[in-house]
Amino acid sequence: MVNIKINGIDYQVEDNISVLEACRAVGIEIPTLCNDDRLQPHAACRLCIVEVEGKRGFEASCSLKVWDGMAVETHSPRVMKARADILDLLFSNHPEDCLTCEKSGDCKLQDYCFEYGVEKGSYVGEKKDYPVDYSNHFYSYDPNKCILCGRCVRVCSELQCTGAIGLEGRGFSTKVSTPFDMGLAQSTCVSCGNCVAVCPVGALMPKRKEKVRYWDMEKVKTTCSYCGVGCQMELLIKGDKVVGVEPADGKANNGLLCVKGRFAYSFVNHPDRLKTPLIKRNGRFEEATWDEAYNLIVDRINGIKADSGPEAFAGLTSARCTNEENYIFQKLFRAVIGTNNVDHCARL
Amino acid sequence: MITIQDLNKIKEKTLKKMELRLRAKDEKTDIKERHVLICGGPGCHSANAEGIKMALEEKIKKKDLHKEVKVSLAGCFGLCETGPNIEIYPEGIFYAHVGMDDLDEIVEEHLCNGNIVERLVFEDALEDGKVKHVSDITFYKKQKKIALRNCGIIDYVNLDEYIALDGYQALAKVITEMTQQDIIDMMKEANLRGRGGAGFPAGIKWETAYKYHADQKYVICNADEGDPGAFMDRSILEGDPHSVLEAMAICGYAIGSNQGFIYIRAEYPIAVRRLEMAIEQAKDKGLLGKNILGTDFSFDIELRLGAGAFVCGEGTALMESIEGKRGMPRTKIYRTSHRGLWQKPTIINNVETFANVPAIVQNGVEWFKNIGTEDTPGTKVFALGGKIANTGLVEIPMGLTLREIIFDIGGGIPNGKKFKAVQTGGPSGGCIPEEHLDTPVDFGSLGRLGSIMGSGGMIVLDEDDCMVDIARFFLDFTVDESCGKCTPCREGTKRMLEILERITEGKGTPEDLDRLESLAETITQASLCGLGQTAANPVVSTMKYFREEYEAHVYDKKCPAGSCKELIEYFITDDCTGCTLCARNCPVSCIEGKVRELHVIDQSKCIKCGDCMAVCRFDAVIIR
Repeated sequence: MVNIKINGIDYQVEDNISVLEACRAVGIEIPTLCNDDRLQPHAACRLCIVEVEGKRGFEASCSLKVWDGMAVETHSPRVMKARADILDLLFSNHPEDCLTCEKSGDCKLQDYCFEYGVEKGSYVGEKKDYPVDYSNHFYSYDPNKCILCGRCVRVCSELQCTGAIGLEGRGFSTKVSTPFDMGLAQSTCVSCGNCVAVCPVGALMPKRKEKVRYWDMEKVKTTCSYCGVGCQMELLIKGDKVVGVEPADGKANNGLLCVKGRFAYSFVNHPDRLKTPLIKRNGRFEEATWDEAYNLIVDRINGIKADSGPEAFAGLTSARCTNEENYIFQKLFRAVIGTNNVDHCARL
Repeated sequence: MITIQDLNKIKEKTLKKMELRLRAKDEKTDIKERHVLICGGPGCHSANAEGIKMALEEKIKKKDLHKEVKVSLAGCFGLCETGPNIEIYPEGIFYAHVGMDDLDEIVEEHLCNGNIVERLVFEDALEDGKVKHVSDITFYKKQKKIALRNCGIIDYVNLDEYIALDGYQALAKVITEMTQQDIIDMMKEANLRGRGGAGFPAGIKWETAYKYHADQKYVICNADEGDPGAFMDRSILEGDPHSVLEAMAICGYAIGSNQGFIYIRAEYPIAVRRLEMAIEQAKDKGLLGKNILGTDFSFDIELRLGAGAFVCGEGTALMESIEGKRGMPRTKIYRTSHRGLWQKPTIINNVETFANVPAIVQNGVEWFKNIGTEDTPGTKVFALGGKIANTGLVEIPMGLTLREIIFDIGGGIPNGKKFKAVQTGGPSGGCIPEEHLDTPVDFGSLGRLGSIMGSGGMIVLDEDDCMVDIARFFLDFTVDESCGKCTPCREGTKRMLEILERITEGKGTPEDLDRLESLAETITQASLCGLGQTAANPVVSTMKYFREEYEAHVYDKKCPAGSCKELIEYFITDDCTGCTLCARNCPVSCIEGKVRELHVIDQSKCIKCGDCMAVCRFDAVIIR
């Protein structure tokens, strides 16, 4: 533990953590656009700057380790002014279309501009003017809204390990791009959408069939049903419809999803989707209740087992079952039915 | 592989051959032998120095003098303004602006008959009808050459000549007689401060890397010289490449590294070629590579070429670039002397810093500390440019005043114009006005004036230069060269540039001035790396010393220096004789007037190219 002074108050915090982490640990929120705890510190947006006693300029708290006896000011007038300036600079090079932007309500830039009283981009001059990349099936990229925090690029290379996107050009002309600027569809992108999930603004947006406002959506946390990893996710619900998916932070997925969990949710709303069990009566499938279905299963198992013994059974589970479901399934076969004839399609 | 004894033998043998060049100036001689040195520095090279060398050799051969007269190319003489330059020894005669047509006369008169060709002698070397020895020319007299000690003396392709002037003796001494701590202590005591701009003491840096345990350490020479107008590193690499290799090996020994990299910009193809050659020569002789001079110490050097990004001169961006990544500065969580290249302890010093190292080892700490100031011992190489008579490269002891550098060594402002300011330190530096010209130059003093020493660019401005436009020029460079990583630099410098552009176009408002100051503060304080943190310096310093010029642009819509096109008007006064010359030269035909009658410029059509003013023989065209 080290002793540090934050805004004049003494605290004891863990050593070898960043000033940003230390501040959060004691309940002081510092704005940041480029920081993500899962990624290497980037120190690019400069919103997390603080004043450190004995240091000449501001220091980025995301990439500054605490030391014993350190004294930090996180919200001094100088820091607040600089942060407001930085937000003003960012917003001056950003479309002022919050009224129609889908990200509105979930946008970090919007939140911070509100917090720091930045009403408009006050610098008039050149603004980014790039075509939007709609080439990917699942999401679009609007470089004009991009604030170049680099989170998408870093999540793609550091966590997803795909490296489909990178920075191109320099200075004011820097933009997130694919090799030779040929568009996302021509890149090695696997459409996992993890870049979309970390984008703090409306630059990377999922393509949706519905027009929804962020505040009209309800979130339901669940486990992805596509495979056994157990990725945690949040279904975005509007009315009785699933209108989107966002990754949630779980032990198994560290806030990441793959293309299926992230974007392949429209089957949920499909009219052909089975919502009740079907029982074949008179050569036709008819809708039944769960009780009817379970009773039928139990009856048939008991009947077959009595006639032919447990070895007459074999069970095969789907890769879309979770680990826990697979466990229960083999337990059912081994302990209840009494056979080891149980397998899984992904074992091959 | 050679031993120290072999090294000494080469030294002795070669020194004899170089004797003429090194002889004391008043030693009289009547032998016909001569050394002709042709400057092969960047400026003279572009002015066909190699062609001159070949032609000269041919002519000498025709006169059957080739046994007596030795011609070689040497590193930069420093007086780039007057190139191609030639020096003839033992007399020490400096011929300037030598063209192909002049060679016959030099051979016939000087080399055959022993008569100096006064017509070609550099004008400052002529005094009362006498021709001064090159070392007595004012330009050289106040200089003290350490980093450039061999430039202009040795033939840069000849390793033996480097060895003759104590080359590789320092390395031999270090690896056979000194411990790692000894050499580090020596650098610390000498207080050799980094010549790349920041002035960080090299010894302290070396010690940090030395004391950090790791299985691999690296030495990097930062040769990504990028400041507009600065070319001292290039001149050292081209004129004396071995001095840098030797110093890197010494540094490698000090910190315990066996691998060095020179990160050099690809736009320096000649320096790259000469370095490649030098590395090969050194490896052939066993002065680099495995078991140097038969000891246990091994050190290898490889080149890495930069692709022309200014920001790659920043240490951590440079390392990213060597690693094959996009050249962007890293976060400052770790020191590079702990975790640098490939996360291993790395020492990165600039070319000029390294070039000082062997000289300090050879001559000792006391010698070095006696040169320069207490704040910054030693010398600094400056590239003089802009409105100055002797454009070129000078190495001066720290503590000389700006006035001495500009007026004594640099020869003052040409064309009788008035000095206005000197811009030091390139795009990270600032402008220093006349009132501070007597400031002795060192890292601290220039910093206190709101400028920096930087890598040593020194651009002199005269009364015709608009300070707002100068700030705009440097900011334009920074905006282009910002890597785009951090917000204040990427977005902020661009907005400052746009404001300055508006002001120089006469569209600036009083609020713009406040805004410039406020934005400058944020960019300086909040940027990630040195590039952003210093980007506002040209603006801040000009606003501090020349605020009235900014105000004239904003309030009166006038450019006092008569430089900003949108704010000036060319006007023909009554002095016009009606010679029609201006009208005939106007590219847009906007001057009207009959022969022998006053001419008039149609302001609505004028593109303000200034041609009329340039051609007028009666000074009738003025700017107002």
